[in-house]
Amino acid sequence: MSKTYYDPADLRKFGNITDWNEELGDKFFEYYNSVFKEGALSGREKALIALAVAHTIQCPYCIDAYTGDSLKRGITKQEMMEALHVAGAIRGGASLVHGVQMMNKVNKLEM
Amino acid sequence: MKKSLQARNNDLANTSRQLEILSNGIFKDELPTFASKISKTNQFPLRPKKLEILQINVGYMCNQVCAHCHVDAGPDRKEIMTKETMQQCLSVLKNVAVHTLDLTGGAPEMNPHFRWFVEEASKIGVTNFIVRSNLTIILANKKYHDLPDFFKKHNIHVVSSLPHYTRGKTDKQRGSGVFDKSIKALQMLNAVGYGKPNSGLELDLVYNPSGAFLPGNQQELENDFKKALKEDFNIDFNTLFAITNLPISRFLDYLIASDNYEDYMYALVEAYNPSAVENVMCTNTLSVSWDGFLYDCDFNQMLNLKVNNTIKHIANYNEEILQNRNIIINQHCYGCTAGAGSSCQGTVA
Repeated sequence: MSKTYYDPADLRKFGNITDWNEELGDKFFEYYNSVFKEGALSGREKALIALAVAHTIQCPYCIDAYTGDSLKRGITKQEMMEALHVAGAIRGGASLVHGVQMMNKVNKLEM
Repeated sequence: MKKSLQARNNDLANTSRQLEILSNGIFKDELPTFASKISKTNQFPLRPKKLEILQINVGYMCNQVCAHCHVDAGPDRKEIMTKETMQQCLSVLKNVAVHTLDLTGGAPEMNPHFRWFVEEASKIGVTNFIVRSNLTIILANKKYHDLPDFFKKHNIHVVSSLPHYTRGKTDKQRGSGVFDKSIKALQMLNAVGYGKPNSGLELDLVYNPSGAFLPGNQQELENDFKKALKEDFNIDFNTLFAITNLPISRFLDYLIASDNYEDYMYALVEAYNPSAVENVMCTNTLSVSWDGFLYDCDFNQMLNLKVNNTIKHIANYNEEILQNRNIIINQHCYGCTAGAGSSCQGTVA
C-alpha cells in the first residue's frame, strides 16, 4: 500500500473506476468528455476554467491534468496564473463577503 | 550559446546509448514496444508506400542550439553535404518521380552549396521545394539577407519553426533573442509576398511543444497563432504544423535530466492512434544524410538506423529494390503516432 494518499501515477488509472461500476463509470466519462468539447466556450477557455477550479478544490490530479492540458493548448504561464488569481479572488471574496453577516450580527448584538 | 551533445561528449551523443534507453527500462515490462503495438492492428512490419518526398539533410551545422533539437545541430557541427553528394542526389532526382524535394538541416542555408543545389534541381525540373528554415539565419549574416528573394525566385515552400507566439516560450526553447529575430524574418518573408493571400508563396510554421508535453489540436493552435501574430506583428502565414517532439537526442537528454522520460513515454503510448500509422512520413519519404546514406526518416537518420536494404547509399539508388524493405522502428516512433499523429507536414490522422 502506498505511504502517501496521492500517487501521480494513479491519474493514469482514472479510467479504471469503470471496473467496479461500468454503467455509471461510462456515463460519467461520456458526460465528462462532452463537457470539454468545443461549444459556446472554446477548448482553451474550458481548460483555464478547469485549471482554476482544480486549484479551488485543491485536487492534485486535476492540477497535473489541466496544467498539462493548458501547456498543450499553448496557454502561457501568465494566462494560467491569472486564471488562478481569479479562483483565489473568488475564494477569498467568498470568505470576506461573509464579513457582512458578521457585521450584521455584531451590529444587532451591540448596543 | 550551448554546445551540441557531441561537443559536450554527452553520453547520448552515442546513438547506441539512445537506442539502449529506448529499448529497455519501462519497455521491458510496463509498456508495449512499438512493434508489438502495431502488430495488434496488423501493421507490422511497416512498409513503404509510393515514394513521394525525398528529404535531404544537407548538414548538421546551425546558427542555433535549440533545446529540443533531434539533430543535435549547432555551430559546432561540421557535417556538411559536399557538392559531389549533391550531384548524386541530382542524378536520382532526374530519374525518380518524387513530387517534393524537402531540404533540411541544421540550417540548410548554411551549406555553401545550398543555392547551387536548388538552382540545379530547378533546372532538372523539380518544382516543389520545401526548405526548413529556422528564420534567424536570414538575419545571421549579410550574405543571408536576400534569402527571401532567393526563396521567391524558386517558388520555395518555406517551413519555419516558431514554437510560440510569445517571446518567453520561444526563447526558452530556441535561445535568447530568437523570437525577435524570427519575427523580423517573418516580416521580411511577408514583404516579398510569402504567406500573403493569392501570392502562391507558401509560408508554414512549425509548432513544437516547449517541454515534456504533447501538442494540442493543430487547428486550434493555428487559430491562436494567426490571431496573435497578426494583431501583435502584422504577420501572415499559411498553415501551422503541430509536431510532436520525439524522445531522441537533445530532447531525450532533457526528458531524462528533468525526470520526465517515463511520464512522457506513457503519454505517447496512451495517445497511440493506429490510424496515424497509415500516413506516417516514413511511408512516403526517404531521408538522405549529409554523407549520402539513406534512412526511413530524419529521426532514424539521427539514430544512425540506415535503411534495412542492400541499397544504403544515394550513389547506388534503386527505387524498386529500396521500396521492397521493412521500415526500421523503435519506441521513438510512438512520437509520430500519438494523437492526431505527427510528421514533417504536421498531423496525419
